[in-house]
Amino acid sequence: MAKPGLDGHDRGARIIARAYRDAGFEVVYTGLHQTPEEIVYAAIQEDVDMIGLSSLAGAHMYLFPRVVELLKERGAHDIVVCGGGIFPEEDIPKLKKAGIKEIFTPGTLLTEVVAWVEQNVEARR
Amino acid sequence: MSIAEKIVAGDIRAAARLIRDIDDMVPEARETLKDLYPFTGKAYVVGITGAPGVGKSTLVDQMITHLRRAGKTVGVLAVDPTSPFSGGAILGDRVRMQRHSMDEGVFIRSMATRGAFGGLTQSTRSAIDVLDAMGKDYILVETVGVGQDEIDIVQSADTTLIVLVPGMGDDIQALKAGILEVGDVFIVNKADREGVDRTVNDLRLMIEMDEKRYKNGWKPPILTVQAVFDKGVKEIIDEIEKHAAHVRSSSERRSKARYEKVRNGLSEMIKDRIIHEVLSDLVESGEFETSLQLVLDKKIDPYTACDTIISKRLRRGSK
Repeated sequence: MAKPGLDGHDRGARIIARAYRDAGFEVVYTGLHQTPEEIVYAAIQEDVDMIGLSSLAGAHMYLFPRVVELLKERGAHDIVVCGGGIFPEEDIPKLKKAGIKEIFTPGTLLTEVVAWVEQNVEARR
Repeated sequence: MSIAEKIVAGDIRAAARLIRDIDDMVPEARETLKDLYPFTGKAYVVGITGAPGVGKSTLVDQMITHLRRAGKTVGVLAVDPTSPFSGGAILGDRVRMQRHSMDEGVFIRSMATRGAFGGLTQSTRSAIDVLDAMGKDYILVETVGVGQDEIDIVQSADTTLIVLVPGMGDDIQALKAGILEVGDVFIVNKADREGVDRTVNDLRLMIEMDEKRYKNGWKPPILTVQAVFDKGVKEIIDEIEKHAAHVRSSSERRSKARYEKVRNGLSEMIKDRIIHEVLSDLVESGEFETSLQLVLDKKIDPYTACDTIISKRLRRGSK
């Protein structure tokens, strides 16, 4: 679970992390103000199955695709990337096209977020 | 290139994957560990333990900076507890170590305690071997100092740091029974807070009373530190080096330390394996549930149930 860019609002990310923990996941939380590079390095060192990006500050169109790009560069594109936060409606298809597997917006239930991962993210082997 | 060769060559992805496989008890991981073993034994392992919130992660973060400045490469294993209810965990130690995440000379890995079938000690030990084989000069292992597992882990370290904060008088008493005895260096962090003298005095008294410590000639120093402001951290590194030099300076001490470390490692590995094999077989075969139900229905007592289970699995029985 990561907070890319200049965005100090991590209550959402923490709550999501907590929901995953309660569903039996191991969640590595990176903290605030991470660059895409830092997030990708951490994901590789931790050998995670999925990266959850949280952004409420409007820079998602750069930050999210950049994470996918860097994963590709480092041969780690099998790591699923998801995003959550506040996004203009028209950005969502663009983000998905850029390789963000799913986007969660305000109003999504915690159970939905957890169920999506259970159904769509395989443990990498 | 084999996985082991990749790791020895410093491949981060291969190492990260192996640590995950170790944690998940994938059988192939054992084979890789066998191949890696000849490359281990070069890293200096420092255990850092203490109650939650005393500042272990912040301290580790500062120590990384000092070690990197001295040109050393660093591996970090940060252990956080697994929720006993869900089996999940939030691993947040990286938050304090963010500034090192881009440094190729630093490898930080979070680990959850998991539980149920034990295994924390074993997988942490194996993860130490992986980082060691990767060629890291220093390996810092950070654990919450609350249980036997944690004591086992710190016992596999070359130097063990115990971190406390002022105002923990009663906690010192509680820690006394286990954790404090394994400390080589004591750190009173957040030393700008009230009560620091009292805590230092309590510690000093406790160390003075513990005569057996001096038999090997090392009296654990007590350092006051403010990790957030990087005050006293350099002194910690100095003490670690002094402790290392102390052990190295006598061949008797050196071989005793190595003996203890290897002995602990092997006996823990055997213990862990037995527990894992027996318990997983017990659960998978359904025998555990059957026995449990019999005890619940008061048809047999738990002692007999245990005897039956053990005698079936260990040839010499439970006598």
